[in-house]
Amino acid sequence: MIISIASGKGGTGKTTIATNLAVALGRGVNLLDCDVEEPNDHIFIQPEVTYTERVSLKVPEVDMDKCTLCGRCQDICQFQAIVVVGKTVLTFDELCHSCGGCVEVCPEDAITERDREMGVFESGHRDSLEFSHGRLFVGQVMAVPVIERVRAAVQPDKVNIIDAPPGTSCPVISSVKGTDFVILVTEPTPFGLNDLKLAVGMVKILNIPHGILINCSDLGDTKVTEYAEQEHIPILLEIPFDRQIAETYSRGKLLVEELPDWKAKFIHLYEKITDLVRQE
Amino acid sequence: MKELIVISGKGGTGKTSLLGAFASLAKDKVLCDADVDAADLYLILEPDIRERQDFQEGHRAVINLDKCTECGLCRELCRFDAISPEYKVDPIDCEGCGVCVYFCPEDAIDFPIKTCGELFVSETRAGPMVHARLGIAEDNSGKLVTLTRKKAKELSEKRGLNLILTDGPPGLACPVIASIAGASAVLIVTEPTLSGQHDMDRVVELANHFGIPASICINKHDLNLDMTVAIEQYARDRGLPVMGRIPFDPSFTKAMVQKQTIIEYDGKSQAAQAVVEIWEKLAARFDLDTGQAM
Repeated sequence: MIISIASGKGGTGKTTIATNLAVALGRGVNLLDCDVEEPNDHIFIQPEVTYTERVSLKVPEVDMDKCTLCGRCQDICQFQAIVVVGKTVLTFDELCHSCGGCVEVCPEDAITERDREMGVFESGHRDSLEFSHGRLFVGQVMAVPVIERVRAAVQPDKVNIIDAPPGTSCPVISSVKGTDFVILVTEPTPFGLNDLKLAVGMVKILNIPHGILINCSDLGDTKVTEYAEQEHIPILLEIPFDRQIAETYSRGKLLVEELPDWKAKFIHLYEKITDLVRQE
Repeated sequence: MKELIVISGKGGTGKTSLLGAFASLAKDKVLCDADVDAADLYLILEPDIRERQDFQEGHRAVINLDKCTECGLCRELCRFDAISPEYKVDPIDCEGCGVCVYFCPEDAIDFPIKTCGELFVSETRAGPMVHARLGIAEDNSGKLVTLTRKKAKELSEKRGLNLILTDGPPGLACPVIASIAGASAVLIVTEPTLSGQHDMDRVVELANHFGIPASICINKHDLNLDMTVAIEQYARDRGLPVMGRIPFDPSFTKAMVQKQTIIEYDGKSQAAQAVVEIWEKLAARFDLDTGQAM
């Protein structure tokens, strides 16, 4: 089972839901933080990291002794990452998507690949809860290769909980694609609703069962609830604004540990999701 | 011409509400929404769209099954596992690298250009605005951000407006880098939480990496005063100017529901006054604007 948590709009509470759900369930759970641009789950989980790996992407390197400046590498590259200039060939690592086209097309076998490091993958645990996350290096453009490394840590025999980044484009797609259920976290405001609609559009394209969780449910208006009814999307849980919750979050603490009522609510959330997945 | 970008690292810290308020305060400017993934500024400013243009970028492989002999070369060469055993290309997995197109011995793969979104030039009650919409599940968001900012720059030159106020996306990677590259200044909106501080730390490093002058402000500062003090100290230690604090105030949400900025909704509220102070400090520090619209 893989449950992913996405939102469209940022700051709606994805991290709160992912970490509290994971800790409430505890044993047999594998939490994966795929927001590699701004990972936050570790702040709440405080995992003991037992494994670290550099994440890299293959980029071309040209052997100028073999190169005849034929320009085929430049022609095949869709990303302007390899260019023949005068009597040399320039490569732009930042633009390279690592498709291997230039290596394949070079008639002189003058192009080889080397690793370019773009981030780090870490895994570990907190008691019986397993944990993985990735961290993109500052200044790196592409988050997806690091996200894919985190996704590779999914364990089929466990309950995997994936915390996705905000938005609806490539980093989110690679985080939620192939998961069994998406929790869409939103807030009942015009911004929340607008971005929720985009997120619903995305999970529909990916054809993943989904439900809505409304955070700060008493701030704003009723339009999110009306939209959910109209679209027949189940509302999984509503969490009202509460200064105690906001303060607990601000200190990097977990609701299920500081405010004991919440543990049962998160376990109930999980049961609701397993029922919905079973119905599919 | 000056361009100020509001970013945050962490999402949901109040970038758009704050930028909307600046739109009510600054005079003679172009507004630009560079959060093309989840563009929300239009919900407050209700733009009247005057010009729209398709955003076309990149290609996607499409196999012509009539010509395909199922030799398997494309599946072998594709590093993105985008081609199924039935020789269908998954449009989401396809990276648009064209390797399969180039090597197909039967010339059976088309490579049409993609339309990934739309760009708009509009008029609003706060001035002209450039905004965009990235198609759902599309890529190339960084390039659309660059295009949106370029259009805003053209518009500011055409109209003789010397200021661009840009709402940036959350995060740290391609769309954020595209938003801040070459900007005059960034304002980082953070919140007094460990997450907010952690994420701010990373965008500060990003702004430094690209040599863009950065400043910060703390939204909902009264939700954790100790954290607010700690973040301000952290900023001072790094020579980062602190532009101010904004209290937690449900009026921001109420204003949003009414499609108003906080200045329009309740200009006398504490939160609105805090925003005015931040704007004045920013304008003075980065020489953004000499007058006030209100």
